[in-house]
Amino acid sequence: MYEICAYLCNKYMGILFKEFTKGIAMENPIFGLVLGLCPALAVSTSAANGIGMGIAATFVLLGSNIIISALRKFIPDEIRIPCFIVIIATFVTINEMVLKAYFPALNQALGIYVPLIVVNCIVLGRVEAFASKRRVLDSLFDALGMGVGFTIALCFIAALREFLGAGKILGISLLSGFEPAAMFVLAPGALLTLGLLIGLVNYWQFKKTDSK
Amino acid sequence: MPNSPSKESHFVVSAGAHIHSGESVPKIMWTVFLALLPAGACGVIVFGFAALKVMLISVASCLITEALIQKLSHKKISIHDGSAALTGLLLAYNLPSGVPLWIPVIGSIFAIAVCKQAFGGLGANIFNPALAARAFLLVSWPKYMTSWPKPFNVDGVTSATPLMMMKEAHVFNISQMGVSYMDLFMGVRGGCIGEVCIFALIIGAIYLLWKRYIWYQTPLAFIFTTGILSWLFGAQGFMTGDFLFSILSGGLILGAFFMATDYVTAPLTKRGRLVFGVACGGLTFIIRKFGGYPEGVSYAILMMNAAVPLIDRYVRPRRYGTQIGTDARAK
Repeated sequence: MYEICAYLCNKYMGILFKEFTKGIAMENPIFGLVLGLCPALAVSTSAANGIGMGIAATFVLLGSNIIISALRKFIPDEIRIPCFIVIIATFVTINEMVLKAYFPALNQALGIYVPLIVVNCIVLGRVEAFASKRRVLDSLFDALGMGVGFTIALCFIAALREFLGAGKILGISLLSGFEPAAMFVLAPGALLTLGLLIGLVNYWQFKKTDSK
Repeated sequence: MPNSPSKESHFVVSAGAHIHSGESVPKIMWTVFLALLPAGACGVIVFGFAALKVMLISVASCLITEALIQKLSHKKISIHDGSAALTGLLLAYNLPSGVPLWIPVIGSIFAIAVCKQAFGGLGANIFNPALAARAFLLVSWPKYMTSWPKPFNVDGVTSATPLMMMKEAHVFNISQMGVSYMDLFMGVRGGCIGEVCIFALIIGAIYLLWKRYIWYQTPLAFIFTTGILSWLFGAQGFMTGDFLFSILSGGLILGAFFMATDYVTAPLTKRGRLVFGVACGGLTFIIRKFGGYPEGVSYAILMMNAAVPLIDRYVRPRRYGTQIGTDARAK
């Protein structure tokens, strides 16, 4: 009996672990699926913004994935998108209120992009493609994986931009003789950094599939 | 049977009869390079040894970057074709002579690595690499990119360019600026290394026009559109602008003859080149008059570079054999 339980547990944990890791590596929302670029481009001016935006989006993803997965049998197919949007908007509103109450500086820095999480493709994409068809526990790990993947990607872009554009990471100056290229904290720098990073990731992936 | 195999066997399939004009990419690129040298020599005379250093470092780092990237990506190393050297020279011509020497190095790396090789190398880039690098440098280090050494002065005194005086000091008259048209024509003014001496630039441009390496449509449309619009909408009312001043100040001549005519980033047909030139001129005027920067030639060319595929689509030449007027635009 114990062995069967352990076997099932092991197998099930393996599936959950796979749902979790796919969002970080192969199906990374930014570098793999190329979703949610609007916040990724706009708020990735400093590493602190990247972390804040990543956590905010992860919270919304987690909440909406769990609730929609739990309600998937009650939501009629014909009006599922409006239902999803209502649920997502609820979590975005909670998110915004919490940010305004406890992290006003971060809220100021993220600006319009906090309420805009409601139309973030990652959230709606995960809800539509995953949570509305799968069990709650699977959806929870999917949301966690996607959220962590998004946060890591955003932090990476933001740290790179902050370092190249302002010479700092998380507000700490790193090099003394380095004159930062201001373009990287401006809009063109965002597009350039993201484009080159996606190119690099694709290069590695092609190389990996070629060698297989 | 008219199409019997026995009759067809008389016809030998071979490539079409084409006359090779003897031109090649290296020949054209090095000729353009040569045509630009008088302007560079004038830049060295006006701004001194510092200008020569910027030019040499810029060309060298462009060549090194190109060779390095081609080596790393296992392509044939083609630095002898002159395109990288030309990019380096044009980039140097777009810099003030007093920049710290790492500016041309970083600009060259950006021009070749990001604007040219990342798009697939020579012939595949959307934007003029030298101008894109200049835009990158201008946004990134405006402090260095907008301090112009005074002509014939070696101790680092800076002065404003004529267009800056016009924009920021609200000087409307050329005599108030303390320069004459002759000064502007010969290059005795503040500015980038290669843009100041209009005389030398025009010599190079005439040589290229005579060799038929560049076409007159783009430069003339560009220059006249900017000049006429500046004259029409002058600072003190309708038709009060200074036609000659708007042409001779800034980088208009350099941009119109040597950068808006870049083979890779310009339209393919004559009509397209005309549209390209007029639009560049209009944008330059708009940026100079209403924009935040005193000079807009480089941004105008870059913006129109992005529109080139669209222009080419709308000025398709008539298909050979179709009636005039019926097939101007293939469906």
